[in-house]
Amino acid sequence: MKCDIILAGVGGQGILSIAATIGLAAVEEGLFLKQSEVHGMSQRGGDVQSHLRISDSEIHSDLIPHGAADLIISVEPMEALRYLPWLSSEGWVITNSVPYVNITDYPDSAELMAALEDTGNTVVLDADSIARELGSPRSGNMVILGAASSFIPMPFEILERAVQQLFNRKGREIVYLNIQALREGRKAAATR
Amino acid sequence: MQKLLLLGDEAIAQAALDAGMSGLYAYPGTPSTEIMEYVQASPDAAAGDVRREWSSNEKTAMEAALGMSYAGKRAMVAMKHVGLNVAADAFINSAVTGVNGGLVVVAADDPSMHSSQNEQDSRFYGRFAMVPVLEPRNQQEAYDMIFDAFDLSERYRLPVLLRITTRLAHSRAAVQRREARAQNSSSLPANPRQFVLLPAIARKQYRALTGLYDRLRTDPVLSGYNRFANGTGRKLGIITCGIAYNYLMENIEQHNDGCPVLSLAAYPVNSDAVAELVDSCDRVLVLEEGYPLIEEQLRGVLDRDVKVAGRLDGTVPRDGELNPSIVAAALGIQKNAGKEVPAVVRQRPPSFCKGCGHADVFAALAAVMKDFGPGRVFSDIGCYTLGALPPYNIVNSCVDMGASVTMAVGAADAGLFPAVAFIGDSTFTHSGMTGLLDAVIKDSPITVIISDNLTTGMTGGQKSQATGRIESICLGLGVNPDHLRVIVPLRKNHEENMAVISHELNHHGLSVILAMRECIQTASRNKKGRRGREKQD
Repeated sequence: MKCDIILAGVGGQGILSIAATIGLAAVEEGLFLKQSEVHGMSQRGGDVQSHLRISDSEIHSDLIPHGAADLIISVEPMEALRYLPWLSSEGWVITNSVPYVNITDYPDSAELMAALEDTGNTVVLDADSIARELGSPRSGNMVILGAASSFIPMPFEILERAVQQLFNRKGREIVYLNIQALREGRKAAATR
Repeated sequence: MQKLLLLGDEAIAQAALDAGMSGLYAYPGTPSTEIMEYVQASPDAAAGDVRREWSSNEKTAMEAALGMSYAGKRAMVAMKHVGLNVAADAFINSAVTGVNGGLVVVAADDPSMHSSQNEQDSRFYGRFAMVPVLEPRNQQEAYDMIFDAFDLSERYRLPVLLRITTRLAHSRAAVQRREARAQNSSSLPANPRQFVLLPAIARKQYRALTGLYDRLRTDPVLSGYNRFANGTGRKLGIITCGIAYNYLMENIEQHNDGCPVLSLAAYPVNSDAVAELVDSCDRVLVLEEGYPLIEEQLRGVLDRDVKVAGRLDGTVPRDGELNPSIVAAALGIQKNAGKEVPAVVRQRPPSFCKGCGHADVFAALAAVMKDFGPGRVFSDIGCYTLGALPPYNIVNSCVDMGASVTMAVGAADAGLFPAVAFIGDSTFTHSGMTGLLDAVIKDSPITVIISDNLTTGMTGGQKSQATGRIESICLGLGVNPDHLRVIVPLRKNHEENMAVISHELNHHGLSVILAMRECIQTASRNKKGRRGREKQD
């Protein structure tokens, strides 16, 4: 088993929490893991990505080769498209539909959605609204992870436990809200 | 022993703690920052009373570590690659003095310049100084190598350089810990003159160093890290350095055609190992994450006997970091290229955070500079370099730490008036103060704007040595109090700040404007922290 995931977003949108959750779950499952992240200058509102690789055998490269990723998980729709060169021909894109507009030439949303549609295997959902309805507007990233969860070859309970572990020190309420976000995301992806 | 999920940086930090380090010295710099951050947060470090404060710059860090080593304890210094330029004087000479307690220098290189001004390869510094260089292939090896680095350092009485690059520094993997060992107790150097580099002593020690460096080639620990895997093929032999090995393995596991592979991770390299590979193959491909160091040595000046391929003949791109796809191409392996990036995707360069104080200073400065024309603002290393991008487009230089002040001095000497230096607080105490002294002494007609956000912002908000001290530093250096102005960069103060800037720009002598407002990232983190503590109470 191997699963290569590109996590995408804009600096500050919380893709590293998604990475940390999958990472904890992978360790729990006794899998090999490599996860490469971006720090420094580009975190200032620029595009950020993380390469996350899990496998039941040794992983060599910290970076995913072009055309090899099983999943692109993105918290921003345009950012999902930026990493298509890494996606394998059978790979899936799971992305938030809500744009993060901090540039003047941000593309027209219809054009953007059409490009996403063109990529084939795509799950697009409004994670922000789902998170807001749960009363946890900052949990959009966990909604997206939930939506991607059925594509990640690990039991869902393990991911839930990882969320619990990750947010434990922030208190019971935060843990509960993030697990709810994860579940709602999974549900939303299954019923679309 | 415990298995931990660690960044390469964190693996190095944990290893140093487990290997009995008594002090870590560092200045923040991507991709090295997390080494100190990890040690500062570590309960092991607290329990062992490990010294772990940020230093003012990489040179002071290097010297403090050398001092700790002098007193018999194990010390480590961590910095980004260009930081080693700042520390170079102390670093090169530390090879001549040698060490007492183990001394490990970690340089984190940034090929492809994700967050840097160049992609220099620190292995050259190791060769230049004539010290052992270790270049781990993965996080576990980084952890293990630190133990050997301290041991080698104490055995040969030499500093040891550990060189990593961005992809190892900032990638996480499981790391198996070892039993922790005790710190050294303090002891003076056996030879009381060892650290006295008077020419007569330095000559003797330098001669000894050159002999020692030759002997390192056959050191079993170093050679043990350079692994040769023979194969049946004789057409192509491959030499990898550091993490390039992983990219090779990513490709040849599925396409193994029996190439012999020499995987290097320690320098200086034993020539026998290289000869074995080169002599048995028609062609040798060198894969290095960084400059073509080994490739150039193989080619030599004449470059005519060995069939070498690599960065110098275009088999591998001349610049930038490696990745599995580049290595696949160098091996001639056809790979699924993936889809194109759709045209709808736009560039998203980094930008100032909403509410950033630097942005308010630039807004006021840009408005005033309209009267003077372009090409007059020298800037520095920090978030505020973004003033070079729209909407401000006002920054004309970003070269090295502190260069804003001294380049403005030089430009003013050439007649440019007004010349403005724009520098952050932490960069100012790193390397701006000495330049400001030059400006004070000749009363250069420049305006130095110190944009003080009370933190080292770009690297994630580390404690700044400058906080609360800049005004008194400037006065102490001799800045005229009448031309030392303090402003608060907020939008509501825009007109007022413009007036101050305009007034000082028109002054034909040195002015310093201190623009003070906390970085909004650290401000919001501190507020959250306070709220959290209140909740706990």
